[in-house]
Amino acid sequence: MASREKDEISGIETTGHEWDGIKELNNPLPRWWLWTFYGCIAFALGYMIAYPAWPLVSGATPGLLGYSSRAEFVKEVDSAVSAQAAQREMVKTLPLEEIRNNADLLQFAVAGGRAAFRVNCIQCHGSGAAGGKGYPNLNDDDWLWGGTLEQIHTTLQHGIRFLADPDTRQSPMPAFGADEILTPEQINDVAEHVLSLSAQPFDAAAASRGSTVFAENCVACHGAAGEGLREFGGPRLSDPIALYAADKAAIVAQVTRPRHGVMPAWNTRLDEVTIKQLAIYVHSLGGGEMPVP
Amino acid sequence: MVELINTVETIDAVPHNSAARRVLYAARVKIHPKRASGYFRNLKWLVMAVTLGIYYLTPWLRWDRGAHAPDQAVLVDLAHRRFYFFFIEIWPQEFYYVAGLLIMAGIGLFLVTSTIGRAWCGYTCPQTVWTDLFLVVERWIEGDRNARIKLDAAPWSVGKAWKRLIKNILWLLIAVATGGAWIFYFADAPTLARQFVTFEAPAVAYFTVAVLTATTFVLAGYLREQVCTYMCPWPRIQAAMLDEDSLVVTYNDWRGEPRSRHRKKLQAAGETAGDCVDCNACVAVCPAGIDIRDGQQLECITCALCIDACDSVMEKVGLPKGLISYSTLKTYDAHKAGGLAVIGWRAFLRPRTFVYSAIWLAVGLAMFYSLLHRERLEVNVLNDRNPIYVRLSDGSIRNGFTVKILNMEQRPRSFVVSAEGLPGSSMTMTGGDGAPLREFTIEVEADKLRAIKVYVAVPPLLLEGEQVPFEFKVVEQASQTTAETRSIPAIFHAPPKETAP
Repeated sequence: MASREKDEISGIETTGHEWDGIKELNNPLPRWWLWTFYGCIAFALGYMIAYPAWPLVSGATPGLLGYSSRAEFVKEVDSAVSAQAAQREMVKTLPLEEIRNNADLLQFAVAGGRAAFRVNCIQCHGSGAAGGKGYPNLNDDDWLWGGTLEQIHTTLQHGIRFLADPDTRQSPMPAFGADEILTPEQINDVAEHVLSLSAQPFDAAAASRGSTVFAENCVACHGAAGEGLREFGGPRLSDPIALYAADKAAIVAQVTRPRHGVMPAWNTRLDEVTIKQLAIYVHSLGGGEMPVP
Repeated sequence: MVELINTVETIDAVPHNSAARRVLYAARVKIHPKRASGYFRNLKWLVMAVTLGIYYLTPWLRWDRGAHAPDQAVLVDLAHRRFYFFFIEIWPQEFYYVAGLLIMAGIGLFLVTSTIGRAWCGYTCPQTVWTDLFLVVERWIEGDRNARIKLDAAPWSVGKAWKRLIKNILWLLIAVATGGAWIFYFADAPTLARQFVTFEAPAVAYFTVAVLTATTFVLAGYLREQVCTYMCPWPRIQAAMLDEDSLVVTYNDWRGEPRSRHRKKLQAAGETAGDCVDCNACVAVCPAGIDIRDGQQLECITCALCIDACDSVMEKVGLPKGLISYSTLKTYDAHKAGGLAVIGWRAFLRPRTFVYSAIWLAVGLAMFYSLLHRERLEVNVLNDRNPIYVRLSDGSIRNGFTVKILNMEQRPRSFVVSAEGLPGSSMTMTGGDGAPLREFTIEVEADKLRAIKVYVAVPPLLLEGEQVPFEFKVVEQASQTTAETRSIPAIFHAPPKETAP
């Protein structure tokens, strides 16, 4: 190191590195920079020991603190659930009507129900619960199986045409056309009659013939004036709301070979608190009915 | 190196931060400001007492707001999204009042700077006030300028270590008190103080105190004038604020030059000599480490301590005071040209001071007016978007609305909600008994927001068009003179009319 060279102009030592006659001055890094750098190295070493760091074949080194983001998440969910413990207990034990009459519990149930609805229900009923063709709109006041809290709750628990549940709601409409119970002419006539029930334009002669067919085959479930029968899940025909469609072709198709939607029973999939919250949420969408005193 | 001229001792003070000595990349040389005494020093003591008093005591003032609100006079309640200032309560959506105050502070700073110069920097800036306070402690423990220089140069000993330890502990205590006072603005002060000492306060409180303790300790104890010179943007901005009529601390070189330590001898020899006896008293007291005799400079915070120092010297040598004085560039130039000029009140009456005052007053009066007339009831209506409308089994069309009622008064109130301008409409409300109503009454707790879900149904024959404008009317149930009323426009959405075949 005898041949230390000093730059003439700046008076600073050179490092001895030279490129095309340009020599590098030996300006060391500022101390604070260097110590920050060493500090970072020390921190990184400590971090590797304390936290998961080295990737292994399956997983990574666990680290002394045993930290994992998954465990952190579970802990946060648990603490959120336990923070709601008192309200969840009340939802679990109190009757639905009492929950609805308590402003705080109602708010809690509607918020919880909305969250559960978004996970479990929007696939069929839509994010706004407005349904679609074959999937009931839950906002309106037309209910196939009843719109009181208890009725909605029962539907949620046991589902519709969900054969794995013995208490499921059942309403098989016969395939009048496919099974040749009615002739195509009779089906045409009865469709005209159904059009007349929901105040749509219809052929009077065919409808009058159809009314006889209706009286013989349909009133048991749909009622004499097409007002529906909720005990059997018989849809109301005398309103402008239809599960599939209300035009004549759709009515003919449904009478000929009816489609039957299925809703799963949720009592095996969701806990009781969530089901009750869902019932209250759906009831709050505007079509909820009050129990008959 | 102390020599005596008459009765004045010349101080071996070096203006480390003067322009001639400022070298790029040179390490900072520590400044040891000497204690000054005089008019401006006394003024600064007073300002320090008042500003520190306001800062430390304000959170402890109480203000009765009744049962529904905290009784702390000044409180930024982040958890509940409220800001309390004596008789004023501000909701987050009224934050423009704070913005207005900031605008007033900005314009006020312009006004102050354009008239009396960097008074903010020299007297009221927290950096100046706390540095001053820390210097008091330093002087008390380590002595004044010369003793401190000697102590710095002395090798480490038990005595030196002891002094340093005591000084830093006292600084740390002040710093903790400073950081500690800050958090009391954000929570009930007595409660938080109790929680803080029993280690029950939230972690963020300890964190905030720790950060502010560190910044106070480092900025006021060790960085000092470097904060003003290198970290703060204000010295740069102020250059644009000052003009030839602004007060600045000025060395009157037309009177002082040529300076000489042997003034009397020179005069006796018939040579010209200025009033400056070159005693360096102005340099020794300067907390920024500059020489005011170099003229206007960025580093000068106009603390005016050099005026005090010079005045006491002038008194001793029997010359008129004011060799260093508050002066404007205009008066300075007039004097230099040989004229006589006095800074009169006219210096303050300039177009720009009028403009600043007018803007400042306009913002202030506008805020005051709106504060007196602001609404204490706010209603927001949100249309349901999904679904936009629902057809009911009797054919009528129903829309859902979320009506949010903000009761900003400190008392519970009840309001009657109705839909106006929709013939044949009826309403139902979530949580109600489902019976259709023309209007309903809503109770809203004091200082709370209540959101209600309202369903409005209209028979199809009475609907004209796909979008029917109407109004939600919210009327307070109170005597007619005091009742607040809001009409909020809303749109009723209906499906397209089916064309008759």
